[in-house]
Amino acid sequence: MDLDYSDAEQAFRHEVRDFIRMHLPATLREKVLNFKRLTREDLLSWHRTLHTRGWSGPSWPAAYGGPGWSAIEQHIFDEECSAAGAPPLVAFSVRMVAPVLMAYGSPAQQQYFLPRILSGEHWWCQGYSEPDAGSDLASLKTRAERRGEVYVVNGQKTWNTLGQFADWIFCLVRTSTEGRPQQGISFLLIDMKTPGITVRPIALIDGEHEVNEIWFDNVEVPVGNRVGEENKGWTYAKYLLTHERVNIAQLGSSKRELRALKNVAARVLSGGRSLINDARFRDRIAEVEIDLLALEYTVLRVLSVESAGRDPGPVSSVLKIRGAEIQQRLSELKMQALGSLALPSIPEALEAGWQGEPNAAAWWGAFSGRYFNLRKTTIYSGSNEIQRNIIAQHMLGL
Amino acid sequence: MNFDLNADQLALQESLQRFLAGEYDFERRRKILRSPLGCSEEIWAALAEQGALAIGLPEAYGGFGGPVEAMLVMEEIGKSLVLEPFMSTVVLCGALLAECGNERQQKEVFAGITSGKRRLALGHYEEASRYELELVETTARTAADHYVLNGAKSVVLDGAVAHQFIVSARLQPEGRLVLLLLDAGTPGVEIIAYRTQDGRNAADLRLRDASVPGANLLGSASDPARGSLPAIRRALDRALAALCAEAVGAMEALNAATLEYLKSRRQFGQPIGRFQALQHRMADMFIYATQARSMSLLATGRCAMAEDAPRRNAVSAAKAFIGKAARFVGQEAVQLHGGMGMADELPVSHYFKRLTMINATFGDVDHHVTQVSDAIRVTGIEAQP
Repeated sequence: MDLDYSDAEQAFRHEVRDFIRMHLPATLREKVLNFKRLTREDLLSWHRTLHTRGWSGPSWPAAYGGPGWSAIEQHIFDEECSAAGAPPLVAFSVRMVAPVLMAYGSPAQQQYFLPRILSGEHWWCQGYSEPDAGSDLASLKTRAERRGEVYVVNGQKTWNTLGQFADWIFCLVRTSTEGRPQQGISFLLIDMKTPGITVRPIALIDGEHEVNEIWFDNVEVPVGNRVGEENKGWTYAKYLLTHERVNIAQLGSSKRELRALKNVAARVLSGGRSLINDARFRDRIAEVEIDLLALEYTVLRVLSVESAGRDPGPVSSVLKIRGAEIQQRLSELKMQALGSLALPSIPEALEAGWQGEPNAAAWWGAFSGRYFNLRKTTIYSGSNEIQRNIIAQHMLGL
Repeated sequence: MNFDLNADQLALQESLQRFLAGEYDFERRRKILRSPLGCSEEIWAALAEQGALAIGLPEAYGGFGGPVEAMLVMEEIGKSLVLEPFMSTVVLCGALLAECGNERQQKEVFAGITSGKRRLALGHYEEASRYELELVETTARTAADHYVLNGAKSVVLDGAVAHQFIVSARLQPEGRLVLLLLDAGTPGVEIIAYRTQDGRNAADLRLRDASVPGANLLGSASDPARGSLPAIRRALDRALAALCAEAVGAMEALNAATLEYLKSRRQFGQPIGRFQALQHRMADMFIYATQARSMSLLATGRCAMAEDAPRRNAVSAAKAFIGKAARFVGQEAVQLHGGMGMADELPVSHYFKRLTMINATFGDVDHHVTQVSDAIRVTGIEAQP
């Protein structure tokens, strides 16, 4: 047993850290660390920078143009990127559709799409949820009817993340109503420029435009854009859900947020003294720090099993539940630290470089919105209740 | 980064599991529990024969292994609810003697421990100290070639079965904290023995002019100003890691028993494990136990570190988390068992009681959260990005 990173892993950490220090622009880093609005170009410019180094697909094997890192190296990369305030990679492209293409895509699909994901030419979004298919995803109704060499797609997707930026969407669509609902679903790749697609923003709890409704009105999709077999899409979607076991814990960003929380508590004054001197508040930080440590060592156990080439089993639900709860608690404590300074809502303060009044809002303006926004973490990617169902059924046999 | 056991450790684990499966079922434990001693000379001798009582002790005295091996023993102790004083004798007093004992003391006491002939207990906490290690009011004064002890020690774990104690006292007149080896039969030592809630034993010690030979003073002469407190902290960190491992063994066994009950107990015409209200509680118990194991590994990996701050932070974080997990798993297991969870007849209530007592031993959740919290003020603050 050895709880420490090896010398080679430490050297790798420094290599990543040095690269980020040299190449991440200070303006972008400030935006990320202070939760300012990020543009499409903000996110893509960092993606392209990583691509020049061969790091834009950190979880990809070398055969597909990735760096071929071990699970531990991927984790180190994620920690360093998060700690340094690098923008996240577009997960739907790099971490979601790409592994499905590698596992089930045709050679033509792999050769066309994978290099364009790596380079950042294609931004992908996801078409899964529908108004009547949330937790019960398999009941989805968006239809794809085969007419010769195309599918004609009709229906509505919702809770689509950043579709306003996307070039392509991967969708679960119904190609059959026979048998169990899971048996009639196919996995389609659809060009967002195809006629008949309408993207409408959904205003969220924090007033920001993060998610959309997408309408499909007789959208024609070449049959060659179906992944794998017709009516086997559910299998591919499930593969996708279990493929990214560890990233779902959001460990790197929560570790950064814990440090940020301590800084906020040190900076905020309470009765003229730093809030960090208030034992009751500090104990709350300690409690979440302890829970984050428990998450971290659970992640590390999974990574060490994966790095040794063994299967850690279906642990992603455990990591999702606890990772989501911790993200929420950290954002809640950050808001709570502000006291009544958490009340003002100043949307302009979310723009980088904003210099208005009250001027402290340039610093804390995003905290409350972030708290409201992160209520999503226990709802998305399979709600925490669904994750408990999965644990009960698949791990405990209940 | 590697959480795997090596071949020797796997063999140790397997031999302990085989031994306890054969010799320590719940009925056997019940008999031992009801015996006057409350633990078993036979089991203790068998553990000595397997070498388990030499774990973590210096190799010069026949010892082998360290925190990982102690963790393996403690997990099995937790699983089978073993009543033997392994943590007190081998882990806690073993670590104190290894750090503070001189050659003669080590030779004699370690021979007694490894052969299974001598059980030890630490008498440090007092009634007014709760979990605060610095508050010691027991005094030692020098008289010719002796030390004379006066004071009282409270809830000395395994104190009812100890042949010898390590007791802490303030050396008069300067008040430096010292440790002394004290034989149970020493005149002036009154041992008020009792059982604890989990069926184990403890004792209060009353020391009234108890005379200890000067040769029984343990070390720390090299750094007289600091006294023995740092050594006590280090030994307790090993003991805390051991308790974390015991709790993990107990939680996993309790979860397995509860899961089995959910599958077999039928109400409303179906196994009660079909009900989502119970499934989600069982899922949470499972999550807690999974993470508790991670924290036990962290405590095990860090509890022997020389550097104080990271060692104490890791151990306190682990004990705080595992205390919370143990409370949750214990209470939920009783609830999911319904009336059967209240019965003495099933292991459930015994696991619950042991987990509860572990939580109250050497610092509860609040105490260890406070340790982590106070360290934030000192080390956690960085410059603004």
